[in-house]
Amino acid sequence: MFIGNTKKDREEMLKTIGVNSFKDLVKQVPEKFLYPEFKLPQEGLDEMQTASAMRELAARNKQLKSFVGAGAYERYIPAALKALLSRGEFLTAYTPYQPEASQGILQTIYEYQSSMAALYEMDYGNASMYDGASSFAEAVRSAVRITGRKKVLIAQSVHPQYLQTLKTYFPPGEDYKFVQIPHKDGCLDLEKLEGLLDRETACAALQSPNFFGLAEDFSKVSALTKAKGALFVAAADPVSLALFTAPGAQGADFAVGEGQGLGLPLNYGGPYLGIFTCKKEYLRQMPGRLAGMTKDKNGKRGFVLTLQAREQHIRRDKASSNICSNEALCALGATIYLALLGPGGLKELAQANFDAAHAAAERLCSIKGVSLKFKGPFFNEFTLALPCAAKELRSRLIEKENIDPGLPLKDFYPELGETLLVCATETKTEKDIARLEKAVREATA
Amino acid sequence: MEDITTLDNRLSIEKSSPGRRALKFKGRLKHSAPPIPENLRRKTAPRLAELSEFDVVRHFTRLSKINFSLDSHFYPLGSCTMKYNPRVNEDIAALDGFTGLHPMAPDEAAQGTLECLYNLQTLLCELCGMEAITLQPAAGAHGEFAGLMAAKAYFAHKNQKDRVEVIVPDSAHGTNPASAAMLGFSSINIDSGPDGRVDLEVLKRHLGPKTAVVMLTIPNTLGIFESGIETISKMVHEAGALVYMDGANFNAMIGMIKPGELGVDIMHLNMHKTFSTPHGGGGPGAGAIAVKKYLDAYLPVPVIKKEGNRYCADFNRPLSIGKVKAFFGNTGVLLKAYAYLLMHSPRELGEISENAIINANYAKALLKDYYPSHSKDHCMHECVLAPSPEMMAKEITTLDVAKRLLDYGFHAPTIYFPHIAHEAIMIEPTETETRETVEEFASAMKKISAEALNNPQKLKDAPQTMPVKRLDEVQAARQPNLRW
Repeated sequence: MFIGNTKKDREEMLKTIGVNSFKDLVKQVPEKFLYPEFKLPQEGLDEMQTASAMRELAARNKQLKSFVGAGAYERYIPAALKALLSRGEFLTAYTPYQPEASQGILQTIYEYQSSMAALYEMDYGNASMYDGASSFAEAVRSAVRITGRKKVLIAQSVHPQYLQTLKTYFPPGEDYKFVQIPHKDGCLDLEKLEGLLDRETACAALQSPNFFGLAEDFSKVSALTKAKGALFVAAADPVSLALFTAPGAQGADFAVGEGQGLGLPLNYGGPYLGIFTCKKEYLRQMPGRLAGMTKDKNGKRGFVLTLQAREQHIRRDKASSNICSNEALCALGATIYLALLGPGGLKELAQANFDAAHAAAERLCSIKGVSLKFKGPFFNEFTLALPCAAKELRSRLIEKENIDPGLPLKDFYPELGETLLVCATETKTEKDIARLEKAVREATA
Repeated sequence: MEDITTLDNRLSIEKSSPGRRALKFKGRLKHSAPPIPENLRRKTAPRLAELSEFDVVRHFTRLSKINFSLDSHFYPLGSCTMKYNPRVNEDIAALDGFTGLHPMAPDEAAQGTLECLYNLQTLLCELCGMEAITLQPAAGAHGEFAGLMAAKAYFAHKNQKDRVEVIVPDSAHGTNPASAAMLGFSSINIDSGPDGRVDLEVLKRHLGPKTAVVMLTIPNTLGIFESGIETISKMVHEAGALVYMDGANFNAMIGMIKPGELGVDIMHLNMHKTFSTPHGGGGPGAGAIAVKKYLDAYLPVPVIKKEGNRYCADFNRPLSIGKVKAFFGNTGVLLKAYAYLLMHSPRELGEISENAIINANYAKALLKDYYPSHSKDHCMHECVLAPSPEMMAKEITTLDVAKRLLDYGFHAPTIYFPHIAHEAIMIEPTETETRETVEEFASAMKKISAEALNNPQKLKDAPQTMPVKRLDEVQAARQPNLRW
């Protein structure tokens, strides 16, 4: 499939190469390794059969009315975004290593970096990482490298899979110390943070809105970390930042986030977008690619990949990270999405999320025995305390009502009891929320 | 390429006009919650462009046109495998049933996607001759990281924590030593032999009780097969270490050679290379790590399992290294790779390797009198050439050749890599190019060679037809301008 050369072409090419047969070309491969048996279907499908088989598989996924968020958010994806992103010129381009032939991609990266720096109120953003969790881990790695310290404080309210990823990013057996900062009513316990911070601490790694959906006040954190020579790493949902204080305004040294919510589909976990930003003093510690504006020899504006001496293809084992392929097309999607929204549209979107989640919370809390687990302000999801087993409620609603009411938190936080993390984004209507309320009411009765 | 030098190069923010808007959200759900408290409220709006929808469409369409892409240009980038990206893959991955699936959806709601992923795991294992696999990594380098981490966990479990060295040939991709270093291994760089292959004597000197892993790229970055692989694997295993194969060049082996039979213990695959998914201007890719069964337990979670007729994401693997990213891997990319494999029988997969190898050797043969090859052997899927001594005598560098190629409408090959080849020009046509395209490319390369001898300034001034002339990279690094 997809091969242009005909048998005749190949024969003539082999003649030009100066061999009698293809076998003569691969004499460097010991013969016994060539053409082993493959226990695979002996016939490939044609395009129509493939499309049909895959449509059938796609239909096997249940189309649920889902109220699950937990770090990945259902978003309406504008038609113009889809149209632009599917352009072959973007889709099939390579990393812009030849800048004169890649000005389009390079300028979009520059615009992406600018948008992220503006949104997070940080000095600089890079061209992207794999996802929010790996960005978070790389930011902590940067903090460890900069401070030369090995103790990392992580809020207990950080996404549990971010914590798991972070731990994987530090090889075992090298006395790194990960200490969890307990939460108080769902939010960071500032006194505990102060008590845990010491001269051994590389950074405090926090998240807002946190895993429970709560928006946190981190305004006092940077003074505390600075006093001990430690850094402040903050994770934040980019859409929430239209309404809530940005990490930069709270003094974060590194700010990261999951960019999926900027117009990318849920896609069962990927490809997503790792947002990575930092203060200017840490620019040369940044992992990943950077596009910069410069001039050509006639003085005309142009863009190049820059500060590449940080990267693996130049620095090899001394590089700031091993990252090579990133999530460029997803970053472009986020850039186009933000261009379509502008500051006004982004605020409207964030407000629509806030309103949907608060409307859902009010309705659900009108059910007997159902209440908010935590009192603090939240953005587009919240933790609900239930009068019954959360997992059973979820299975029942999925099976009977085609509704996924939210994520039970017991596996992650057993101490919270029967709770459900419920999310409503701009895609949820009054009717959807009424359906959810009715289903939960009946199931808990 | 059309004449685009007259198109404006303003940033979107420079086209912005206060109050201009594209997308609106009019739905308002009522509730009685208090407004966001003052201490949590953002004070100043982010500085983002304010544009109409038409502005946005035109802005990005224009940018798309001042860019080379595979759809519009031949991209003979060695090691990058720029092969055709079938459009049916895009259609399939965009099906609502796939794109709308939440990563925290329970297995019962995700049976379609899980079945695809399970089948992809099985197909890839069989193609590689390996026994277990994970699809978690988001890219090749991410796979190297996870694969080496699995090796580290394996040795820790066997109480061999003093295995702290990873041996990497000097021809390796930069990601190999970088991944090893991230995991706290010391990376031992070994010199290749004169034919570009691993020098067995040198390898022997470095192998020992401290060796954890030997990382090999097969075929290597010179496009040469590691003919002594059987001996190498035996030596490595006798030293108690593991063989890691960087699978970036699997496009030369698919359907023809099973890495597992070569003695490879761990390998990664790049979906965005061999398995035809698009590069998107630098990503997203998707990686996979395939291993022999003794390393299975250490793979990152989740792994997709089949129990009866039901597919599930298995997180319950106590020896696993853990998670390498949140949720599942790059599913949207993996689905495209699966669709691609469905369209190929084993024989057709073998034809991929065969045609990739023929095209590379054909390019090398057509250019042999103009650009000498680094290696005397036939190459596999890519060849490494250099400007001729006559060209170099005119002070022509590989960079000049690369820039001049852009004027002829060809993306430049990979240049100055591998580092061990002087003035390297690394050409990988891939199997999806026709002989005519390879011939046109060779003809442009020959013309450039003649220009280099008769009018070298033409190369020094190249490119002339791009939207910009050669760019000042020194200034870009000295005074970084990285945002508006």
